[in-house]
Amino acid sequence: MHRCSFGKRLTAVFTTLAFSMALLGPTPARAAGKLKIMTATTDLAALAEEVGGERIEVESIARGYQDPHFVDAKPSFLLKLKRADLLIVVGLELEIGWLPPLITQSTNPKIQVAAPGYLDASRFARILEIPTGQVTRAEGDVHPLGNPHYWLDPENGLRIAKGIADKLAEMRPEDAAYFAQRYADFEQRLKQADERWLAEMKPYAGRKIVTYHRSWPNFAEHFHLNVVGYVEPRPGIPPSPQHTVELMQLMKRENVKVIVVEPYFDLKTPNAVARETGAQVLVLPPSVGGEKEITDYFKLFDYDISKLKQAFDATH
Amino acid sequence: MKRFVLVSSLILGFGSDAFGKQAAEARAPEVQNAGGLPAETRMKALEEEVRTLAEEVAVLRGELKAVRDAKSAEPASDPRILLTAAHIEPGMLPANPPPIAASASPGPAPASPQVAQTQTYGGATSNAKLLNPDISLIGDFIGTAGHNTISPSRSLELHESEVGMQAIIDPYARADAFISFGETGVNVEEAYVTFTSLPAGLLMKVGKMRADFGKVNTIHNHALPYIDRPLATNNLVGGEDGIDDAGISITRFLPAPKNWFMEGTAQVFRGDSSTVYAANRRQDLSVVGHLRGYRDLSESTNLDLGISYSRGHSNLGFDFGPNFLTNLYGADATLRWKPLRRAIYKNFLFRTELFWSARDQLSALNAFETQHAFGMYSSAEYRVNRRWTVGGRFDRSGRATNANLTDTGFSGILTYWPSEFSQIRGQYRFGHLALANPGDFSNANEFLFQFLFVMGAHGAHPF
Repeated sequence: MHRCSFGKRLTAVFTTLAFSMALLGPTPARAAGKLKIMTATTDLAALAEEVGGERIEVESIARGYQDPHFVDAKPSFLLKLKRADLLIVVGLELEIGWLPPLITQSTNPKIQVAAPGYLDASRFARILEIPTGQVTRAEGDVHPLGNPHYWLDPENGLRIAKGIADKLAEMRPEDAAYFAQRYADFEQRLKQADERWLAEMKPYAGRKIVTYHRSWPNFAEHFHLNVVGYVEPRPGIPPSPQHTVELMQLMKRENVKVIVVEPYFDLKTPNAVARETGAQVLVLPPSVGGEKEITDYFKLFDYDISKLKQAFDATH
Repeated sequence: MKRFVLVSSLILGFGSDAFGKQAAEARAPEVQNAGGLPAETRMKALEEEVRTLAEEVAVLRGELKAVRDAKSAEPASDPRILLTAAHIEPGMLPANPPPIAASASPGPAPASPQVAQTQTYGGATSNAKLLNPDISLIGDFIGTAGHNTISPSRSLELHESEVGMQAIIDPYARADAFISFGETGVNVEEAYVTFTSLPAGLLMKVGKMRADFGKVNTIHNHALPYIDRPLATNNLVGGEDGIDDAGISITRFLPAPKNWFMEGTAQVFRGDSSTVYAANRRQDLSVVGHLRGYRDLSESTNLDLGISYSRGHSNLGFDFGPNFLTNLYGADATLRWKPLRRAIYKNFLFRTELFWSARDQLSALNAFETQHAFGMYSSAEYRVNRRWTVGGRFDRSGRATNANLTDTGFSGILTYWPSEFSQIRGQYRFGHLALANPGDFSNANEFLFQFLFVMGAHGAHPF
């Protein structure tokens, strides 16, 4: 009759296993000198770096040359998330396909949604293209809360940096002055840079462009560009022959000479459109790290603006 | 009549508003022109405008009254209600007609306080809807053509409609529920709460869930890279539902060599899982243990390894006492390649899983016996471009109840994605399936096709 206690034995085995797993595992990393920050994208990492300086350690999950909508929820990110004190996300459902399981499985109470170590950067930014009225996927992969590519406006960059600086000061009150000073410095440098960028872009104000995905509304608004069409017929839907023909007609009619393509999209359709319309295809990284030399938030605009200028000059 | 009621209700509700706007628009240029003139002239112009508007309102009111009178004079020939609003007695409606000044002014509408006042629980304006869980439905339509005498499936079926509900419960937990409506009934595929803020790095799930036994057992039908499940799953690990039971699961990261990620899972279930386990007594629990090792070989390539163990009481269809156990062992390996710059266009995945089953049962002669069966599958998929993926799978598996009978098969799979939210798939499946007599086989040649559609909340992509 010893078999009757099988259930109890199983429970005992299970409990022992659970406990031994609990004891064997590494103890959670103690909050050492530096705040450990994980960000969803490189742009947020760059902004955190600006205000956090050497008092933080920051790493992005997505790479700058990767489509931020489609990132694999690799377990290797879990180890980093587990040790993080703060997680900064883009929000507006940009990361909905990959971040929620990572947060849940990280077993890190600090960075769970709405916990003190969870920061949604979209809270601070000015958001464009918030759909009104009925939202349906007949419009493609729409973001019901608005366009999540908001970091491409230096003003939003400043707002996000302020939000991050405030958060860091809240988490490390003893370093509050340091973060405030770093933010003030960043603000000054960004204002100077923005004046320069605006001056550089001024001759091209009102220029019409076509982009692959709707990644550029904030950029276009700030630098007075006019996005008149998209290579994608709808967000997240690959180009269709009919839409491509319509796009070519539109570009000829409107005399559009530049097609901006994010580095993670296929160039076949943009190249075909460019051949037909005499336009130039311009691969423009929307994120820090999109090219090797784009190592911070300033260099992102430096790079994109110089490329745009070259393209505008070459086509007119 | 119906049309008349509709039209009249529209006039009653919005007529004055719309006319007011038109009037205001028509006068806008005049007002702008007047902007340059002295204030007194402007005031006069505005006064004049208000007067004209008031006259217009009077005219409109008269027209409305005429319309109402005409309507109430008519006999109620059609007793059916077209719109609830249209049925309200005319006298009740325009008790407080919208003031024209408010409708003409472009300032922010004072709507929100009114909404808050009239809010009722369950009402259409209730903000409580914001707290509803993320709801989605995945429809899975499968068609089969061809020849299969061993395990025939229906020609056309809405195989399942899976409703998913997911929400954060409180600062300490989230919950996920997946209810599948199949052709034969409703099944709670999974419904569990996950505690995310436990001490010591533990992640606990409580509820009904797919057991962490290998890879394919954890994957929902719609997320599989094939239409069917591998033969080994059907023969040894409980088929489509697999090991899916009510229980408690604990997961924890384990210390690992450099660059490795290790994770251990221990689960205890009631002990009822389709054809695999049956719990006739309260103590007939089943357990599952899983150890996972993961490593990034490069930015775009990674290796995922796992070993699994499970033990429970054999499902013999009848209670022969607690001595009949089934032990299951599993090993899985997955190699993924996905270049980050071209992640949405190109990727490759190779996966293989091995299963060993040791099942205590009664032999044909009613004696205690243990059947040792082995099964495996290997599959590969390659994304050719954004819309097309090709794949293949090789299957080989003994039967849990009779290890002498071995089924073999292979499949070719072609998948097309119109968008992220729908999927069309075709699968050619060949099976060399064992008949009851050892050494006798029946060949199955089948073509399966599947349409998947997703509505509602955007779920996470499986990894």
